[in-house]
Amino acid sequence: MAPSKLPAASLPAQIEARIREVLPDAAIDLRDTTGGGDHWAATVVSAAFHGKNLVERHRVVYGALGELMRGPIHALALTTETPEEYKRT
Amino acid sequence: MIDEALKKRIEGTISKERIMLFMKGSPAMPQCGFSAAVVGVLKEEGVTYGSFNILADNELREGLKEYSSWPTFPQLYVDGKLVGGCDIVRAMHAKGELAPVLAGK
Repeated sequence: MAPSKLPAASLPAQIEARIREVLPDAAIDLRDTTGGGDHWAATVVSAAFHGKNLVERHRVVYGALGELMRGPIHALALTTETPEEYKRT
Repeated sequence: MIDEALKKRIEGTISKERIMLFMKGSPAMPQCGFSAAVVGVLKEEGVTYGSFNILADNELREGLKEYSSWPTFPQLYVDGKLVGGCDIVRAMHAKGELAPVLAGK
């Protein structure tokens, strides 16, 4: 059984695992912005974002998170960058 | 699944004004910090826009999430096209990239 499917897996572990399922190369920086466990900020860096605009990039991440966006995650501030863009900032 | 009638209603609402903001609450009284942030950006951009309070219409709220493959609000549309949510709108505004989009350029 994959760790990400275990119900006991913490929400941040689930978020990272789901993003990596779709973007295996992703570097993910996940922060709990309020300490309450439902408001998150994530920076996701992946070469798969090349040639995609911001709406398309965010859709990839939202799609990976699926129903996690419908309850457990109340808010997710997203930054999506290619490795080259990330190096410049 | 969104049926044909709901799809028509969504598309009609998105194209009600050139610039449409789907938000929690109203521009005068936003019910969420992220919606308030986009209202603030649009005020700074000095554009007129239409808004829709998704808290008052659950069918359209859920339908729009599916229609646009976008699970959160606010959502900003220009000429019927999704520009983004709070993060994207704020980032574009900061980089000076939002004004040309709002102007339809």
